[in-house]
Amino acid sequence: MSILDNKKVIIIGDRDGIPAPAVVECLKDTSAEVVFSSTECFV
Amino acid sequence: MSYPVLKGVGYALVNTPDMIVHNGTTQTTEKIVNPESEYLKVIGDHIRKYEEVLNYAPNQVYIGNMKPEDLRGMEMPWADKGAKTAERFGKFGEIMPQDEFILLMKNADAFELVVLEKEFTEKTRTKLGAHPLYANEAAELPEGAELSVIEALVADHAEAIYNDGKLVGCVKRAHDVDTNLTAHVLFENLVVKASGILAFKHLIATNGFNVEDVDYVIECSEEACGDMNQRGGGNFAKSIAERVGAINASGSDTRGFCAAPVHALIEAAALVQAGVYENVVVVAGGATAKLGMNGKDHVKKGLPILEDVLGAFAFMIGKNDGVNPVIRTDIAGKHTVGTGSSPQAVITSLVAAPLDRNGMKITDIDKFSVEMQNPDITKPAGAGDVPEANYKMIAALCVKRGEMERTQMGDFITNHGMMGWAPTQGHIPSGVPYLGFAQHDLTEGDLNRVMIVGKGSLFLGRMTDLFDGVSVVIERNSGVTEEASSVSHEEVKNMIAEAMKDFAAYMLKE
Repeated sequence: MSILDNKKVIIIGDRDGIPAPAVVECLKDTSAEVVFSSTECFV
Repeated sequence: MSYPVLKGVGYALVNTPDMIVHNGTTQTTEKIVNPESEYLKVIGDHIRKYEEVLNYAPNQVYIGNMKPEDLRGMEMPWADKGAKTAERFGKFGEIMPQDEFILLMKNADAFELVVLEKEFTEKTRTKLGAHPLYANEAAELPEGAELSVIEALVADHAEAIYNDGKLVGCVKRAHDVDTNLTAHVLFENLVVKASGILAFKHLIATNGFNVEDVDYVIECSEEACGDMNQRGGGNFAKSIAERVGAINASGSDTRGFCAAPVHALIEAAALVQAGVYENVVVVAGGATAKLGMNGKDHVKKGLPILEDVLGAFAFMIGKNDGVNPVIRTDIAGKHTVGTGSSPQAVITSLVAAPLDRNGMKITDIDKFSVEMQNPDITKPAGAGDVPEANYKMIAALCVKRGEMERTQMGDFITNHGMMGWAPTQGHIPSGVPYLGFAQHDLTEGDLNRVMIVGKGSLFLGRMTDLFDGVSVVIERNSGVTEEASSVSHEEVKNMIAEAMKDFAAYMLKE
């Protein structure tokens, strides 16, 4: 059971940190619903 | 294999205080969505004077008057600490003031799109005339126009050019309806071209090159020139080559967001190594859109707006001369479509994979030049220390691969990394700001091998969710060039053939 189970999730990734697709991948084993995910460039 | 070499560099910054306010997208967006904002009211109080921009340590590193290691011991923020020197000119180039640069935009203009005010032109012409690289250009500039003419043009779709808060010129649109030839687009493109020319001229002058020896130019900034039928068709490269007098050069533009300079470095090296061209120059100008990009955060924290310079660079790749550092085209990394986006996958593809293929370890690289973004700019904006984040990931991978102990990570970051010094101008910090120092470190210095890494945010273009990255190793020259060894190879072969012939003749005689 994950703390994100049955939650709707918004993911903002960082190109020089953890990009969004990598976070999405981590949530695949939970029942969380990714409603928005985007990688941002802060530079 | 005869590797190509890094023959020289040229770097330039241009302090553009008025362009922060009028052309930086953070400010122009704010003017549209929140015209009465507090930020716009106080922004003027946070713009640095030219002398302060000169007296800023990261800027002095950029032009070679200070070294990256000088920043290591400096307490942050750096903005109020001053620099060891506040010179305009440095070993690699210069930090140019805005008024002179506006004249450079006129010099870069091939279609009479830039109109400058009369009095401003004459006053600044005298200043620019004293510039060691622009005396002729200053003399050749046409007379300016009356202010009323410029005011009328600005009222009719031209993009205004300001200096010290005053209207001093404009860039006209080049078409009535073509969105790619609007005054705004042409303004940005002329800025890229003019600043690229400045860096190119420094490359040629500082290194004593003959500009006519340049065969090919690759431009790798983030702007696009073209009309409505070919947005981004190009070609900044050849337009820059034309203006610097590289009469024997052709060129093309390489794009790849912030990763483009490292793509261009690899392409230039490949062209030279393949024998297609002897001397290839990679050049890029600066982006007005990114001026003051993090300005709101800087102002909120009581800092000056630190994104107040355009960046530009140029470097030349040539045939192996037995002296200059070689570009190891066989040790190049790439983030592929299938690589994945986890930090481990990214660093493996860019750093570990190319080294593995060549039987090397991560610790065999003396210095990594990653995205050398100035943390003095990014940290107050909440974007962290970009170079440090990259070094931490490289160090972590090193530990994971068993190349060093976890306790050695701190030393690894200090010894194999650097503090960032490049302005947040997208493509400008992309690994290549270190090339000038690398040339020294790998010849007169004590380093043997460095890796240049560039990353690009492709997702910003909305064509793919992917980002990108490439890397390449540069190494101390062994002093043995392929030409020298292949000639002696040939000689040996001829000698053997001669001996065989003599022997055959002798046998026949017998």
